[in-house]
Amino acid sequence: MSGALLALEGVHTHIGAYHILHGVHLTVPRGGLTVLLGRNGAGKTTTLRTIMGLWRASHGRVLFEGADIAARATPEVARLGIAYVPENMGVFSDLTVEENMALAARGARRAAEIDRARLEWIFGLFPALRKFWLHPAGLLSGGQKQMLAVARAIVEPRKLLIVDEPTKGLAPAIVQNMVSAFRELKRTETTILLVEQNFHFARALGDTVAVMDDGRVVHAGTMAALAGDEALQQRLLGLALAAHH
Amino acid sequence: MLSALLSHDRPASRLLAALLVAIVVGLAFAPFLFPGAKSLSVAAKILVFIVLVASYDLLLGYTGIVSFAHTMFFGIGAYGVAIALARLGPGWGAVALGVALALALSLVLSFVIGLFSLRVRAIFYAMITLAVAAAFQTLASQLSDLTGGEDGLSFKVPEALTPGFSLADAPFLGVSLDGRLLSYYLLFFAAAALFLVMLRIVNSPFGRVLQAIRENDFRAEALGYRTVVYRTLSNVLGAGFATLAGALLALWLRYNGPDTSLSFEIMLDILLMVVIGGMGTMYGAVVGATLFILAQSYLQDLMRIAGAALGDLPAAGGFLAALLSPDRWLLWLGVLFVLSVYYFPAGIVGRLRARAAAAKP
Repeated sequence: MSGALLALEGVHTHIGAYHILHGVHLTVPRGGLTVLLGRNGAGKTTTLRTIMGLWRASHGRVLFEGADIAARATPEVARLGIAYVPENMGVFSDLTVEENMALAARGARRAAEIDRARLEWIFGLFPALRKFWLHPAGLLSGGQKQMLAVARAIVEPRKLLIVDEPTKGLAPAIVQNMVSAFRELKRTETTILLVEQNFHFARALGDTVAVMDDGRVVHAGTMAALAGDEALQQRLLGLALAAHH
Repeated sequence: MLSALLSHDRPASRLLAALLVAIVVGLAFAPFLFPGAKSLSVAAKILVFIVLVASYDLLLGYTGIVSFAHTMFFGIGAYGVAIALARLGPGWGAVALGVALALALSLVLSFVIGLFSLRVRAIFYAMITLAVAAAFQTLASQLSDLTGGEDGLSFKVPEALTPGFSLADAPFLGVSLDGRLLSYYLLFFAAAALFLVMLRIVNSPFGRVLQAIRENDFRAEALGYRTVVYRTLSNVLGAGFATLAGALLALWLRYNGPDTSLSFEIMLDILLMVVIGGMGTMYGAVVGATLFILAQSYLQDLMRIAGAALGDLPAAGGFLAALLSPDRWLLWLGVLFVLSVYYFPAGIVGRLRARAAAAKP
């Protein structure tokens, strides 16, 4: 790890008349996995969407590799090497799994041009994708769609991978599959920013952690420190954590 | 070979494949299978509308753009050929010039409309195109020195396409080999080529991006695609193909006026053809245009026969005969549409494909 890949400095975001982010400070160290925790409505998804330019920051700076990208259009942000897996997965259900993957691979105009070795590696992470390669993505199960959404984000090497609640609504066996996949991804030194409500999943993967509440980051530090301090967990995560026990 | 010609986009249903083969064979041999001036005109109209409806499907079905300015581009193509031939006299040079100028105007216009208004929400875009198309229609009828106003323009086409031109003295299979036949086959091959090009476009990587945008434009942006650029390109392509369809229509009719190519009624017809055939399938354009124009052209005849047959029956027959009077054909056309949209919400092609997919183990 060498410094921050992404840093948010005092970011405010308004959605219509609502003031959602109230000066977010967030640092994502290069090469690690950062987990963004917090209860529903704390502003986690808005933070991710602001980074991608899907919502505009009304104040503050979003620094990616030192350059302010807060005013850039979404496609430009994506082309900097940032992949985003939204909460609703956003797979294109009319297109086949193959076509979904080809769309995400900017270096390959057709599926046949996708790097073969990388594809085999992805099939290793998510075997179901090989099986349903030529099927319309709309016919996949929820878990398989989530796998496709993550696979699509890593079809080519990216500098930063942003994933919004990858385990939401998934069966335990598939969550386990996701944990293994992210472990494997961490080995490739991809920087990952993950929003998660499932603390066990977060604890298994996170290097650093930031906790949000009311549109602000209220705690930031290492995952090890948070995992070892139950009182802190209680204070920061309160009900959200209790619900998982 | 055939698969490559179809850009590997197979009909994916045996029934649909059979229907398409029947339509293509029927159109290819129409002058021999259905002799007569009316049937040939119907077949030619089907050819033109297959191109026009497919170009609209590129917009609506593949990109999710609702535009009401499609007949404007159709009209520009028809007026381009009509004005060039009326001013410069019959000649292939005039046809080429008319088509080129019309294409240029359409491309510029669609580019500007697209760039300025595809950023707004779909409903506003639909309204903007409606306004532009209405303005253009008024302009076309006001500039009567150029366009012939409400009366339109009649003009002479190059000699090889006139009925007086004869390829051979003896008729072939009972059909005289004249310029009309040549015109028809010009339309047939032009329509087939244009359709295959569009099929290639929607099945290219570019076409996949269009489909992705239709389904979820934010997601497409997050993958790094500039949706405004793709939407504008789709708009320009759709306008270009509609312009070419208009040029073909003018060449066939040797006349063009506001009601033949610009009217809002045609816009509604196109919409219905796309929906009946099946949006986002391309083949839907072939099926939709063929069925719609056949119904439009022959429903009245069919009803006249049915009405006459029932007229002999007493009492209740009189009421039925009145219902089936040829004057009520629009009512029955309406009923047919309501039923087809109700039972085939994904269009005929969508329904047939879904059936074929369900039949597979």
